[in-house]
Amino acid sequence: MDIGKIKKKTARFHEMNIFLVLIVLIISFSIMNNRFLSFGNITNLLRSTSIIGVVSIGMTFIIISGGIDLSVGSVLALSSVIAAKLMVSGTPIFLSIIISLISGILAGLLMGIIIYEARVPPFIVTLAGLSVFRGIAMLLTGAKKIVGLPENFANFAVVRVFGLPGMAIVWLLIIIIGVIMARYTVFGRNIYAIGSNQEAARLSGINIRASIYRVYALGGLTSAAAGILMAARLCGGSPSAGSGYELDAIAAVVLGGTSLTGGIGGIFGTFFGTMIIATISNGGNIMGINPFVLEIIIGILIVLAVVFDHIQKNKRS
Amino acid sequence: MVLENKEIIRMEGIYKQFPGVLALENVDFQVHKGQIHGIVGENGAGKSTLIKILTGALQPTSGDIFVDSKKIIISNPIVARNIQIGAVYQDLTIAKDLTVAENFFLGQIPRNRFGFIDWKKMIQKTVEVLRELNIEVDPNMILEKLTAAQKEMVLIAKQYFKQYRVIIFDEPTALLTSKDTEELFRIIKKLKKEGVGIIYISHRIEEVFEICDTVTVLRDGKKIACIPINETDIDGLISRMVGRNIDDMYSITHQHSKNEILRVENLSKTGVFNNINFTVNHGGVFGLFGLVNSGTTKIARAIYGSEKFDQGNIYIDSKKVRISSPSIAVDNGLGFLPEDKKTEGLAVKLSVKHNINLSSYSNISRMGFVNGKLENKNAQQLIKSLRIRTPSAEQIVLNLSGGNQQKVVLAKWLVNQCKIFIFEEPTAGIDVGSKEEIYKILELLIKKGSAIVMISSYLPELMGLADQITVVYEGKQMGTLSRNEFDEKRLLQLASGVL
Repeated sequence: MDIGKIKKKTARFHEMNIFLVLIVLIISFSIMNNRFLSFGNITNLLRSTSIIGVVSIGMTFIIISGGIDLSVGSVLALSSVIAAKLMVSGTPIFLSIIISLISGILAGLLMGIIIYEARVPPFIVTLAGLSVFRGIAMLLTGAKKIVGLPENFANFAVVRVFGLPGMAIVWLLIIIIGVIMARYTVFGRNIYAIGSNQEAARLSGINIRASIYRVYALGGLTSAAAGILMAARLCGGSPSAGSGYELDAIAAVVLGGTSLTGGIGGIFGTFFGTMIIATISNGGNIMGINPFVLEIIIGILIVLAVVFDHIQKNKRS
Repeated sequence: MVLENKEIIRMEGIYKQFPGVLALENVDFQVHKGQIHGIVGENGAGKSTLIKILTGALQPTSGDIFVDSKKIIISNPIVARNIQIGAVYQDLTIAKDLTVAENFFLGQIPRNRFGFIDWKKMIQKTVEVLRELNIEVDPNMILEKLTAAQKEMVLIAKQYFKQYRVIIFDEPTALLTSKDTEELFRIIKKLKKEGVGIIYISHRIEEVFEICDTVTVLRDGKKIACIPINETDIDGLISRMVGRNIDDMYSITHQHSKNEILRVENLSKTGVFNNINFTVNHGGVFGLFGLVNSGTTKIARAIYGSEKFDQGNIYIDSKKVRISSPSIAVDNGLGFLPEDKKTEGLAVKLSVKHNINLSSYSNISRMGFVNGKLENKNAQQLIKSLRIRTPSAEQIVLNLSGGNQQKVVLAKWLVNQCKIFIFEEPTAGIDVGSKEEIYKILELLIKKGSAIVMISSYLPELMGLADQITVVYEGKQMGTLSRNEFDEKRLLQLASGVL
């Protein structure tokens, strides 16, 4: 039998598997508790997951490129604080959002520049970023939450379009853009190539510098977008928002089948991974399961997903 | 004689089936005490598969292995180590950041009566072993800091120290200078005297004649012969290896254009290469020949922008170009085929299609969006024209054979319509059949007016393909010979620094 064909299948297989796990989860929760599948709960679930969901999209690209971004939570907080400060000072909402997004891009770009030019491992650079950007957010606000955002902005957290929460729609849009970028753009192709073999990519004439800059800038951008959603949800800019998100996002990405060594993975997988984690905590909460137990279950699931992957690969090769 | 030199290992009727390929077919092989048994064969003949089975890295599909006439199953490398079979090519038990002495005692560090490490004993014993083998290395040296040759010697010494009964040498001289090679042979002969059974694999046939007692010839997974070395000669061995006339293998139709496509002037990099000059015409195949570390690879990479140089100029189609990175090189119509395909030429986790288009995405896209139809078309076309054997364009490259992988690398540059192909060891690690196919492709390329710069340390191939060869020794250009002046002896002399 042909190993290659099977392996390729396993990659797709993983997305299918993880999707099935999600469906099974949803079905079992809805059987166990009829409140779970209510329109209200599902839309609520989508809304509360949207912020980490957006962060995970940028993270997926970075991990596919063979890197990692530990600074996402801090960039999220910084951007959310910047947006809030601007709005409170009377800057138009739209302009505040744009500036906040740009600040996220710049934060990511800066890390990308250091990673590429100084050849410092992404883990180290973004670990420093985690510290630095959180610190800046704290300094900007005196460690206090910024309140008094314009109502028009804060309302976004509760706005619904065709019954769907606005925040979830933003997330779904970003997923679609992410899928398009990963599958249909030169940027996407190059990111996979770099993650699979950076030296081969370089010798093939791919501009590694541009790709690395862009992928970290993209990570900053999605973190900033998540920060704006966060500001709307909290009705303010909190400098402590998003702490620990880096690990949640990495968990979702890995659960979704993206390889931590780069080159393999996809956005849909991450979407399913994010949803599984959210579904377990949401469904578990409804059923009154101790949230600490839920955390243990999620941890086990992550390991199982990767082990299952390895077993399948080994069995067939 | 036979009674004296007791058999250590016997492999009987070994078969190894890989998906789609029968890598070994009914192969017998044995090693005696104090015997140096050579294995020769073209790439893909099954040499490494046989060795991997012996070292426990692979399991045979069928067949038996006997150690001291007792049947044994070498289910993993640890079993191999326990029955004292060692291989020099890649010792997993070597730690690069530790010293020579520490490596010798890895896993069994001697302790003094206080339970602390007995450094004195370690150093003493290490010095003893090194002296016994006449290896001049400081036992306190960190392995990483040794030269390739020294590392190899240390590796051998370690296996000797561990009293391995069989030591496998897989292309041991690939990274060695001729002086180091002499040194290596001295040590191997010493091991032989001590009764170690030695398996010696090399592409360099002359070496096999110099050192081996017996030689086994493999071809296409079958054992063709197992003969005492003094009953054959180089021609006899080669004709057994290839099973065809070697003269046919390296012949291509040469082109005779007078228009230059690439000119390199005064290319220099302090301490690496100095004042390199050459011109390649449309349709030309230009050979860069040098022994390992002569600087040929660095020169090629400097032209391609992947290695910096201090001074000199490069002209393409008589226009001066500044190539400071591979991506600029690609824009100028250059393509680079590195020797190590897996680490430098291919993104092995990705599909054949993705790899074929790897350097062309900017040409088959609009506003950053890839034209999927063109991408597919490119892939299909090249799979067909280069006869890349793959079930589909979606196949992961990792699972192709070496020859097909090399074709994928070639395909990448064909799609990109590059004009100058820089080819490092074009047929290293690929089988005879694919070799010929690749030569045919080269022939086609030069016919279309492309030029090829070929870096090879394998003279017969280079002499067969190139229409000019420049020889580099320690970064110096020793001379350039055109086709009618080619002479193996002369080229080797130049490459060894003899003017």
